[in-house]
Formats: sequence, structure tokens, C-alpha cells
Amino acid sequence: MMEIGLNHYLVLSTILFAIGLVGVMRRKNLLMLFFATEILLNSVNISFAAISHYYGDLTGQMFAFFVIAIAASEVAVGLGLLILWHKKHNNIDLDNMSTMRG
Amino acid sequence: MFEAIAFYLFAFLTITMFYIAVTSSQALYALSSLAAGMIFIWAFFFILGADFLGAVQIVVYSGAVMALYAFGMMFFDTTRDVKEKQGNKAIILGLSILSAILLIAIVSAPIVGNNIEALYPIGDAGNVQEVGKVLFTKYLVPFEVAAVMLLVAMVAGIVLAGKKMDLSLTLMNEAEILMMKEEDKNKKALS
Repeated sequence: MMEIGLNHYLVLSTILFAIGLVGVMRRKNLLMLFFATEILLNSVNISFAAISHYYGDLTGQMFAFFVIAIAASEVAVGLGLLILWHKKHNNIDLDNMSTMRG
Repeated sequence: MFEAIAFYLFAFLTITMFYIAVTSSQALYALSSLAAGMIFIWAFFFILGADFLGAVQIVVYSGAVMALYAFGMMFFDTTRDVKEKQGNKAIILGLSILSAILLIAIVSAPIVGNNIEALYPIGDAGNVQEVGKVLFTKYLVPFEVAAVMLLVAMVAGIVLAGKKMDLSLTLMNEAEILMMKEEDKNKKALS
């Protein structure tokens, strides 16, 4: 109980990932959906860092860096598109995006 | 002992903060609790000895990403409540099964990975030095590709969110630019 092992971190990462999945499932607002994806990416980062520590290998941390870089660029492009959509349609609900019209 | 206390404290805090972030109906509460959760995650990286990753986490997430979200929220109407999806039963069932399988796979991963040998063992030097060594030798190409990707994302963000980005001032002559300015003034006066 008092000795923190790899499993503790993996369970924590799974719980956070499940919270993120719940967020993806129940959110309708696209901005809130982005928040949930950030949670997913962060939970994966925790498990990468934990595995890197417990196996004494730096590769996990490298992957975590690339995940952070991808998350940053995803936010930049996603918010740009979201602002465009909001200017055009004046809301950012997912239901209005379910059909593709020109 | 202290490691355990810190782990349980920060685990509780991050789970609570992220839970609020996905369940709150107020966009502002969701944003601030997400920022808090991101900052608390930094503690795990420091407990695990990944100092540089922890610093990057603070700089990138709590600095850049949160500022971007706060900026983006100024465009949207955040005062009204966020409506929730009623939900497709099949999707919810599928994702629940997926997360259950994921849980089993993640927790049983150390059993499978028992005979893993470290490719890049963590040396005696500090974490930042070790990260630098591996990042600029083995992972140099992915690093450069990530840099290009960030540049592309920056340009895309500017072009998408900026005003009148479909026009090119260098391709227009003086008269056209003056006409455009006049139109802007008229629009402002009308509104």
C-alpha cells in the first residue's frame, strides 16, 4: 500500500483516460469536447513517464514530449477552425455538424 | 512514505479536477478545473524523476494551451449552460467495452513487459542532460518533424482565426487597398 509501484500509476492513468472518454461521450459543445481530448492525452503522458521510470528507459519520456507537441498544434488548428465555424453559424454544437453541406 | 502521500494526494486532486472538467455545465468552471488538473499532473512527473517533462508540462499546458483556450472562449458565448448529449446507446456501449478492455490491457502490461531491456538507460547525469542526449541523437528526425508540424500549426492558426486572411496585400495595388479601407470604415459606421 505504501510502496508506489508501476501499477499505481497505470491505474491512475486508466481512471483519467476513462474520465476523458466519458467527457467525449457526453459533451455536445465542441469546445468541451476539446477539453476531454486534452484529458485523454495527459493520462497517456502519465503512463509513459511511469513506464519510463520503472524500466529505466528514456524512450517513454521522448514519446511524452511528442504527445505534448501534437496536443499543442491540435489546439491551435482546432481553435482556428472552431472560430471560423462560430463566425459562420453562431454556435458550436456538434448536432449542427452532423451533416455535410456546402 | 512521502512519495505515497504525494501520489495519493495528487491522484485525488487530478481525478477530482478532471471529473469537474467533464461534468460541469459551466464552460468557465470546466476551463479552470482543467487548468488546475494540468498543473497537478506536473507533480507525478517530478515524483517519477522526469523533471524536464514536468517543466514542459507546466509551460506548454498551463501556459500556452490554457491561454489559447481562454482566448478562444472569448469568441464564444460561455455564459449560458452547456447542453448535454442524450447519447446513442450503441456508442456508449462500445466505448464502455473499449475502456474495460483498455483497463485490463494497461494493468496487465507490466506482466507482459517483465523481460524488457532498457534501450536508453537513464544515466548518472541530470534528467535534462540525459533527455538532451537522447533527443538530439536517436530522436533528432522526429524532433525536427515535430518542429515543422508546430510551424504549420502556427501558420494555420493565424490564417484561420485572422481577419481578411483570404486577401493578399502584396498582390493588391494602392487603389484597391484604399477601397478596402473605405469599405471597412463604412461597415463600422453602419454597425
